[in-house]
Amino acid sequence: MQSSALDNQTAVYHAAETAHGHHGHPDHRIFGIIVFLIAEAMIFLGLFSAYLTFRAVAPTWPPEGTPELELLLPGVNTIILIGSSFVIHNADTAIKKNDVKGLQLWFGITAAMGAIFLVGQLYEYFHLEFGLTTNLFASTFYVLTGFHGLHVLFGLVLILAVLWRSLKSGHYSNTSHFGVEAAEIYWHFVDVVWIVLFILLYLLK
Amino acid sequence: MNIPSSITTLLIGIAITAASFWYGQNHGLMPVEASAEAPLVDGLFDLMMTIGTGLFLIVQGAIIYAAIKFRRKPGDDTDGPYIEGNIPLEILWTSIPAVIVLGIAVYSFEVYTSMGGLNPMDHSVAHHHTAPTVATAPGAAIAAPLSTAPSLDPKGAIADVSEVDGIPGTPTTLPEMTIETTALQYAWLFTYPDSGVVAGELHVPVGTRVHLKINANDVLHAFWVPEYRLKQDAIPGQTTELTFTPNRTGEYPVICAELCGPYHGAMKSVVVAQTPTEFNAWLDSQKVASSDVDGAAIALSPTAKPATAQTPDEFLAPFVHQMGFTPEMAHQLHSQHGAIAKS
Amino acid sequence: MTQVIQEETGQAPILGHTPESKRNWRKYFTFSTDHKVIGIQYLVSSFFFYLVGGALATAIRTELATPDVDFVSREVYNGLFTVHATVMIFLWIVPAATGAFGNYLIPLLIGARDMAFPKLNAVAFWMIPPGGILLLCSFFVGAPGAGWTSYPPLSLVVNKPGEAIWILSVLLLGTSSILGAVNFLVTLLKMRAPGMTLNKMPLFCWAMLATSALILLSTPVLAGALILLAFDLIVGTAFFNPVGGGNPIVYQHMFWFYSHPAVYIMILPIFGLISEILPVHARKPIFGYKAIAYSSLAISFLGLIVWAHHMFTSGTPPWLRMFFMINTMIIAVPTGIKIWSWLATLWGGKLRLNSALLFGMGFLSMFVIGGISGVMLAAVPFDIHVHDTYFVVAHLHYVLFGGSVFGLYAATYHWFPKMSGRMANETLGRIHFALTFIGFNLAFLPMHKLGLEGMNRRIAEYDPKFATLNFVCTVGTYILAVSTFPFLFNMVWSIYKGVRAPSNPWSGLTFEWLTTSPPPVENFEVDPVLTIGPYEYGTEEAKEVVAAGPVLAMVASGLAKA
Repeated sequence: MQSSALDNQTAVYHAAETAHGHHGHPDHRIFGIIVFLIAEAMIFLGLFSAYLTFRAVAPTWPPEGTPELELLLPGVNTIILIGSSFVIHNADTAIKKNDVKGLQLWFGITAAMGAIFLVGQLYEYFHLEFGLTTNLFASTFYVLTGFHGLHVLFGLVLILAVLWRSLKSGHYSNTSHFGVEAAEIYWHFVDVVWIVLFILLYLLK
Repeated sequence: MNIPSSITTLLIGIAITAASFWYGQNHGLMPVEASAEAPLVDGLFDLMMTIGTGLFLIVQGAIIYAAIKFRRKPGDDTDGPYIEGNIPLEILWTSIPAVIVLGIAVYSFEVYTSMGGLNPMDHSVAHHHTAPTVATAPGAAIAAPLSTAPSLDPKGAIADVSEVDGIPGTPTTLPEMTIETTALQYAWLFTYPDSGVVAGELHVPVGTRVHLKINANDVLHAFWVPEYRLKQDAIPGQTTELTFTPNRTGEYPVICAELCGPYHGAMKSVVVAQTPTEFNAWLDSQKVASSDVDGAAIALSPTAKPATAQTPDEFLAPFVHQMGFTPEMAHQLHSQHGAIAKS
Repeated sequence: MTQVIQEETGQAPILGHTPESKRNWRKYFTFSTDHKVIGIQYLVSSFFFYLVGGALATAIRTELATPDVDFVSREVYNGLFTVHATVMIFLWIVPAATGAFGNYLIPLLIGARDMAFPKLNAVAFWMIPPGGILLLCSFFVGAPGAGWTSYPPLSLVVNKPGEAIWILSVLLLGTSSILGAVNFLVTLLKMRAPGMTLNKMPLFCWAMLATSALILLSTPVLAGALILLAFDLIVGTAFFNPVGGGNPIVYQHMFWFYSHPAVYIMILPIFGLISEILPVHARKPIFGYKAIAYSSLAISFLGLIVWAHHMFTSGTPPWLRMFFMINTMIIAVPTGIKIWSWLATLWGGKLRLNSALLFGMGFLSMFVIGGISGVMLAAVPFDIHVHDTYFVVAHLHYVLFGGSVFGLYAATYHWFPKMSGRMANETLGRIHFALTFIGFNLAFLPMHKLGLEGMNRRIAEYDPKFATLNFVCTVGTYILAVSTFPFLFNMVWSIYKGVRAPSNPWSGLTFEWLTTSPPPVENFEVDPVLTIGPYEYGTEEAKEVVAAGPVLAMVASGLAKA
């Protein structure tokens, strides 16, 4: 009895060894990024819920005396950010065709668009007539857009890091481009969050 | 497998049921019931104690029995029987608790509505209303005819709850009274709006539906009277409400039940439930003491100055003394107030 | 083939024990990416913080031995209970249940060599010690004194530097938790051995799936709340400060949106561990595998929609109170299913009453009491009376100590041989159990009555009528403090002087028992394939697998070439 179970089990081990080959693991990093972004989404959802609750229970919203928000600059910024999502996707298509130059071009344009967005945001901050502590709307406006802006900055850093890495020949190819995909997924996430933010803060009021 | 015979199981079941019912009604864990709402809460608690005791006895009994009866016999290194599940049993022990839990939920809902729960017990700053049945003439509500000593049938009293609040002209069995309650670090202030009396103790006449409108000056507090089984947070910037009907004279503690700072444990007052006559007498004495009609009003305490000439500290002094509090502490609170307002 | 193995057997150490020379305590202070090292790092550091939290509790109960404020000042007292709870939650139970046992066991249970992201794993662990030390340092500037719930406006005015430290510390510890959850989810979903479908996965894995989903979805909302609170505290915004137009209740909603799931995060892994431990020592399959597996998911889902039962007196609209009451009541059903299933697992088995099973049965016993008081608390009219009283303190300690801590002790005894390669001393374990059981019940049972009779929470001074019961609780706490001594001594002594542990001291059937004690670095030199279910006790196959264990272990560890 004992030896037969032994033979059985060791035979199974052998089969496993030859079947898999030693130490080959599939790459789960993209799945990991997506799972992590669920957590990121929840932090924004929590902040959005707080904003909506403040808005719902306040007697007037925005509170008395809040200046109107100008829509032109943020609107243009929105178009730039949404556009950059399409641009970055081109980079993904490029690298899947092993076109590193294409990757670099499109990532470069995305980085520029992201930087313009951030500069635009800072410009808006400096020209707003209310400060962080002026009233509840002002506070939520700055915290929400600021928190999002930090995420855009982080995404920009990721994009630049990928660009830097792409300079090393052979680092990215059509079979190995985790960094490209990760940066792209993150960038799309940041874009979607902005769309919701824009609707809540600028359009919905 | 060792399964007790059906008879033994039946007997054990009867014993557990009997013990649970007995303990559920005789646990002696609650303080005295001093409001019309308290028996409702206690009825619910007694039922939950009965069920809980039964569950406790069954589970603990099974564990102890298993530890003894199914202990590995020395030298026996074999495995137990290969039993992976039993669908009918699993259905049984899913559905019975579900039914029990649903029953408790329904009962709780009923108790809650009987206590006036579904009438908004809280008001955000946006909607703010006073019960229109509150009389405007000072003391009129309390003077409503209650010629006999209140022998309230709690059920009778509560039956009117759902009709009373907010609907002008609805006849009520019980007189009503609204008292504004302010919580601050670390004291309670009760304002009787009709008469303008402000006191540090909550005096209420038995047999009257008392509506508290609760506010906080600085941080969160909570108004709790264990003998009434009622509690409501005091939220700065909002007004919350609590309604109860005292039906037992006596003095009961008013306890702050939300952490409000280092002296949270000392923030106490009392609710003095009195007969209507005693209550009226007390109210009159308070009116005289706090009257600012003219400076020659008679002060109750020989050392107190007329109200018009008193600073808030001096005015509060007789009350805070009863709370084991010194005016120096009140001064400390003032400076903390300033700090809170600025932050 | 058999002959070759027999020859190898002569050279290899007997029964699958790893040679002592490979043990190196220094690796536990490094940035190791081995899940087993990380698991033990989590276990030891979280236990250290348990002792810190326990010391704080002892100080609290020393103050509460008498009605007057005579041991520490009121301000210090408020700091004591604030930091006590924060430490116990974020530095003891969450890291021990998820980080320690999750990390140590999951790859072994599913037949993987490590977690999906070993470096991320190490990063997540190394956030714990600084987070903890930071929190403890708050005592130097005045500990936060608004409770672990930190409700504004009080948390905005009391001990601001301490409060700022508290916020930063919790943000750090919460981030660690989220990163761990990402790792668990990806590992469990993507790296199970061939043949191990979800329905053949050990129940601890189901529990960790449910827990990780909860962590992922709820912890970030707490982060949001704390960020807004930090702005109020430091910058002067007024999200939660009524003076500036804010609303303190919004904080409560955001806070409890995390903190209720947090309690399930603290108990679900324990449920999973118990499901692993009971069958092994009862020699019977787990009763109702599917029910236990799916009820974990049900609890996880329901756990996200019950949070406002912590706010029944906060001015919540009545209809909302009813909604949350019903959901909370419903959660009792999947929890009850597990209790019955565990009872049925024990019933008719052949129980080995060792320390692991004693604590496992103690868990069952104590958790039921906590569960009963929990269902009572769900009833709104009753909760209105006992909210913020010692009744709640009793309930939470019955589920967190009687539940989680008893379960963690059971798990420690159960897997100690696997982790250390040694057997722990059973006599000391029994003394530990007896002291813990007695001390715990003495400390917390009277608190039910205290709350019902009118004693509120978070107070250093109380009505003298509560003095006797409080004194009893304090005595119980001191017994609990003493109970840690036999445990600590046992662990340390056994690691160095205990009897060498075989690969499968308990004749278990899950993968970790089919490799050496402790396992080699990559767990299995050859990826295991599932041939027998994890709970098939009582079958012929089980006997064969157990009998073949030592040799399987050597094969798995690469010590035998076949």
